[in-house]
Amino acid sequence: MRLTKKEPFFWVTLSCGLVILAFILLPLVEMVTAPSAAVLKETIQDKEVLQSIWLSLYTAGAAALISVIIGTPFAYLLARTTFPGKNLVEAIIDIPIIIPHPVVGIALLSIAGRNYWLGRVFNALGIRIMGSVTGIIMVLTFVGLPFYLNAAKEGFTSISPRLESVSRSLGASQVSTFFHITLPLAWRSILIGIVMCSARAISEFGAVVIIAYHPMIAPVLIYERFESMGLKYSQPVAVWLVCLCLLLFLLLRVLTLHQKRSA
Amino acid sequence: MISIRNLAVNLGQFQLTDITLDIKENEFFVLMGPTGAGKSVLLEAIAGLVTVSSGSIKLGTQEISNLPPEKRGISIVYQDYALFPHLTVQKNIFYGLRFHRSSRDNSVSRIRNLIDILALEPLLGRFPGTLSGGEQQRVALARALAIDPAVLLLDEPLAALDPRFREDLRQHLKTLHQNTLTTFFMVTHDFAEAIALAGRAAVMNHGCLEQVGTIREIFQQPASPFVADFVGMKNLYAARFSGTLAIIDGISLELGHPSASSTGYVAIRPEDIVLSQEPLVSSIQNSLNGTVKAVQPLGFHYEIEILVKNLPFKVLITKQALFDLQLHEGSETVVSFKATAVHQLAGAPA
Repeated sequence: MRLTKKEPFFWVTLSCGLVILAFILLPLVEMVTAPSAAVLKETIQDKEVLQSIWLSLYTAGAAALISVIIGTPFAYLLARTTFPGKNLVEAIIDIPIIIPHPVVGIALLSIAGRNYWLGRVFNALGIRIMGSVTGIIMVLTFVGLPFYLNAAKEGFTSISPRLESVSRSLGASQVSTFFHITLPLAWRSILIGIVMCSARAISEFGAVVIIAYHPMIAPVLIYERFESMGLKYSQPVAVWLVCLCLLLFLLLRVLTLHQKRSA
Repeated sequence: MISIRNLAVNLGQFQLTDITLDIKENEFFVLMGPTGAGKSVLLEAIAGLVTVSSGSIKLGTQEISNLPPEKRGISIVYQDYALFPHLTVQKNIFYGLRFHRSSRDNSVSRIRNLIDILALEPLLGRFPGTLSGGEQQRVALARALAIDPAVLLLDEPLAALDPRFREDLRQHLKTLHQNTLTTFFMVTHDFAEAIALAGRAAVMNHGCLEQVGTIREIFQQPASPFVADFVGMKNLYAARFSGTLAIIDGISLELGHPSASSTGYVAIRPEDIVLSQEPLVSSIQNSLNGTVKAVQPLGFHYEIEILVKNLPFKVLITKQALFDLQLHEGSETVVSFKATAVHQLAGAPA
C-alpha cells in the first residue's frame, strides 16, 4: 500500500512521527544546550569527571573485548549448528536484556559474595568484585554480551556454509577457513556487535551502582552530582557522556548504512 | 580410482543406502536422477562435507571416509559458484595453493594454463559480484582445478547458466577434462549434458543407485522401470551427419535441418514413433520397414521392439493399437516419425 497525501491516514502517521521525534530530541537538545561553553570546558577539566568518563570508556571497552573473545566462537556455533534445546539457549542469552538492571547487580553480587563458593574462590585468588574495576567490567559484560552475540550470530548466519565447504575442499582446515573466509565476511556484523555491546555497557547504571559505587563510572558520577548538588551540576557531565554515546551511535549508523548499500 | 562400497549416509529425513560405485581414473562420470534423489548428498559425502554412517570410500588405495575434507584432494564446484565475494578473481583462483605443499613454480604454470584455457586473464582483478554467471562458473572451475585435485566434483555446474553460456561452459569442461588427469564426477539432470560429456553414468533414486553403466547402456538397456521411465528417450544412436540426414548403420533419417557437426547422437522418444501396416501417405518424412522383435506389456501401454535392418527401435503403443495392427513377434510393420522427432544431441565421446 502506498500512502498518499490525500489520505487522512497519511497525516496521522506523519504527526505521530513528529511527536516521537520531538519527544526524543527536545529533552536532549535542551540538556545539551543548557550549560554554557565555559561550564562545559571547566567540567571536562575536572579531574573527577575525566576519570569517570575514562573509566566508563575503559570498562565498556573491556566488556566489549571480553564479549568478542568468548562470544565469537559461541556465536559461530549458534549460527552453524542446530541441536535440541537451541531455542532455550538463545532465550537464556537474551535474559540480560530483559531483567531489570538493579536485579542484574544483585544477582551478580550473590555469586561474588563470601556466602557462595565462587565468591570464596575469587577471594582466595585476591580478586575483588565489590567496589572494583573488575566488578564493573563483570557487570558491563553481563549486560553487553547478548548484543554482541546476537549481532555476530546474525553475521555468521548470513554467510553461505558452501563458501566454507569450498574452502575446506581446497585444503584449508576449519580454523584456516574461519580466519580466511568466515571472519573477513562477517567483520562488519562483528564491528556492529562491538559498538552495540559497548554502547549498552557505557549506559549501564542500575547494575553498576549496586556492585561498585566507587570507583565511579560516568553515569554514577552524574547521579551523585544530581543528588548532592542538583541538576545544574549534573548536566555538564551528562552532556559529555551523551556526546560520547552519540559518537558510538554515529559509528553504528555509518557501519549499518554502508552494509545496506553493499548488500 | 574412487571405489565406494556399501556407503550409507543418514541425514534424519533423508538417507543414502548401500551405495556401491567404481569410478575410473580420469573418467568423466555423470550422476543423474530426479530432484531429491540424493545426488548432491553423495557428492558431499565423497568430498567429506557430510558424515558417512557406514561403508567405505577409497581414493586409489587410501580409505578417505574418515578424512576431513581438506585432506582428501577432492575439489567441489557448486551450481551457485560459491566464489569468495571478498577476494578478487585472482585470489579466488590461487586460494587453495597456500594450503598445498607442491612446488610453487609447477602450480603457478598449471594455473596460468587454466587461466588461458578458461579465458580468465581479463577478469583477474575483478570481484566475483561484478561477473556474469558464466564468468563466475569459469572462475569456480579454475579455482577447483588449481590445486590439481585427484577428483573434481561438479554439482549441476551448468544448471544456473543462460543457455548460451551453458554450451560454452560445456565445451570448457570437455577441454579441461582432456587437459588434466583429474577424474570428473558431475551431477546433472540434463541428458544432453550427460551424453555430450560423460563416458559412464549412474542413475539415482530415493537415495539408492538404480543403474551404473555406459551412457548407451543406461539409455538403451535400462536396468529398472524407474531408469526406463527416467531416461525416456530409449532410442539413442550414434550417427554421422550429412546435409539434413543422420546416417546410422546405413539407415538415413531426415532431420529436417542441416546439422552443424559431422558426428554425434540422435534420439527418438518411443511415443513419437507411429506404426502402420502400409507406408503412410502423410507429411511424415521418416518411414522405414521393420520386423517386430519383441512385444513387452507395460501396464496401459505396450513397448514394441522393432528391427529395421539391424537397428532396434523401441515404440510405445496402446493395447488397442496392438490389437488393430495385429502385431506379434516376426510381423512386418512400418516405422514412421516426423523429422522433428529426431533429436540431435551434441558431441559424442568415443
